[in-house]
Amino acid sequence: MIFDVQKLRVDFPILNQQVHGKPLVYFDNAATTQKPNDVIGSISDYYNTYNSNIHRGVHFLSQKATNAYESVRDTVRKFINAEHRHEIIFTRGTTESINLIATSFGKKFLKPGDEVLISWMEHHSNIVPWQMACEERGALLKVIPVSDKGDIETDSYLKLLNEKTKIVAITHVSNALGTIVPVKEMIATAHSRNIPVLVDGAQAISHQQVDVRDLDADFYCFSGHKMYAPMGIGILYGKEKWLEEMPPYQGGGEMIQDVSFVRTTYNELPFKFEAGTPNVGDAIGLEKAINYILSIGMKEIAKHEHELLTYATEELKRINGIRIIGNSDNKAAVISFIHETIHPYDIGTILDQLGIAIRTGNHCAQPLMDRYGIQGTMRASFALYNTKTEIDILYNSLLRTIKMFS
Amino acid sequence: MSIRDLEEQIVGEFMVFDDWMDKYNHIIEMGKDLPKIEDKFKIDNNLIPGCQSRVWLHAGFEEGKVFFYADSDAVITKGIINLLIRVLSGQTPDEILDSKLEFIDRIGLKEHLSPTRSNGLTSMIKQMKLYALVIKTKNGEN
Ligand SMILES: Cc1ncc(COP(=O)(O)O)c(C=O)c1O
Repeated sequence: MIFDVQKLRVDFPILNQQVHGKPLVYFDNAATTQKPNDVIGSISDYYNTYNSNIHRGVHFLSQKATNAYESVRDTVRKFINAEHRHEIIFTRGTTESINLIATSFGKKFLKPGDEVLISWMEHHSNIVPWQMACEERGALLKVIPVSDKGDIETDSYLKLLNEKTKIVAITHVSNALGTIVPVKEMIATAHSRNIPVLVDGAQAISHQQVDVRDLDADFYCFSGHKMYAPMGIGILYGKEKWLEEMPPYQGGGEMIQDVSFVRTTYNELPFKFEAGTPNVGDAIGLEKAINYILSIGMKEIAKHEHELLTYATEELKRINGIRIIGNSDNKAAVISFIHETIHPYDIGTILDQLGIAIRTGNHCAQPLMDRYGIQGTMRASFALYNTKTEIDILYNSLLRTIKMFS
Repeated sequence: MSIRDLEEQIVGEFMVFDDWMDKYNHIIEMGKDLPKIEDKFKIDNNLIPGCQSRVWLHAGFEEGKVFFYADSDAVITKGIINLLIRVLSGQTPDEILDSKLEFIDRIGLKEHLSPTRSNGLTSMIKQMKLYALVIKTKNGEN
């Protein structure tokens, strides 16, 4: 299939609108992506024609909804090349996936004095749950430093791994710097010491082919809403052997086998980790999003986004006073930048008036901002439907904005 | 001048701008004109939690009136602070507590004062009123 961005844009009705009287340029895709018609339609179709509670019902609609929901699990399994369908756990998103592991893994495997290793470029979602688990278990949180360029400092990583390290939790792509972290190599290193690794895939999943078996990740977490699917649905992939060993996260319906007031036995995987009525409609939307991505081809999408990144980087570098934060040789379509004298909030406010949606602030990565001695950045992040023309608009609007402040 | 009159004055000033660019240019100018505050007031204790742009606020009390001194690291935020100070500084605690500050809405800057906008301005108004209340309570006791 030829990658025709103008044709693809038609699939996303939200893009065709004006804000403040200007055509919308949506560059906040790292926060959340827009949804194609297929996804939007599948949700109303679900509620219009076969909404029903699943797994328990004997009736027609319940069967239909159950089949649809369980088929999403198969689609996700294939999408990330997991070995078993029961290694795919539905959650609300990356944050919940990480909390689940930090809590359940923590309960089972963390003892006083143990260490959890994360990196300096983690999103708060991959910091705070571990802080909480460490506090509860008397364990210590250790942090791998990040270089000026925005890469993980590999030497420090090797030094920080030791016999007390119980788990490494690391992002696949940094949402604030765009750095693609060499997780495969890092996992191999950790595994050579029998240490499991959780990968926060929130920013990677819709931008590159993810193969959890090739990476050999023990846990891989991502959110539907950052990959053209609805908000409120996410995935936790976990290797069977770990998921089997870990205690449940929440208690309730679905996750039990047998309940009495003396003792409850837990259901098998994946249901052990899926307490309560799940988010069926949005899971179905997730399946449509995956199919949409596959119909275009992940390689094509990655190539297009890489072109946008390269072009935007060149253009931004031409602007006096702009400095790009995060200059790794290996970057996803995220570009963070600051201006020498103008505050990100000021620029973001004017760009908004010009119809451009970018993110300003600390990007839920405060320790990382501190690391670079800045309060925050502006961030443009691209998706499959963005165009070079939009980057030209950003470039011209930035020039105009900077002029207003000087 | 009363708060009401000052508000009307500002609304009148903004009426001449029919273009958002001119309006923002004016706010930026006002941001640059905001009187500098002494460094001793730019301390963490005077920092208003606002996430994106930092806002410092200090208040003094003289002859029954409250005077505000503030700063921010974002110019647009400073411009709006300048407007707020123009309206509220030099008024009595009661007048400050009763003020509705509708001019912000009327000149089309409401979005900057939305509680979900993390620029510190909403908390700043709250803090200004809190200062007024504290000053009023303290002086009521005398
Ligand atoms: C790297 C990274 N991790 C985790 C998250 C949290 O994702 P969610 O809010 O969907 O749970 C994000 C979202 O911004 C992210 O960029």
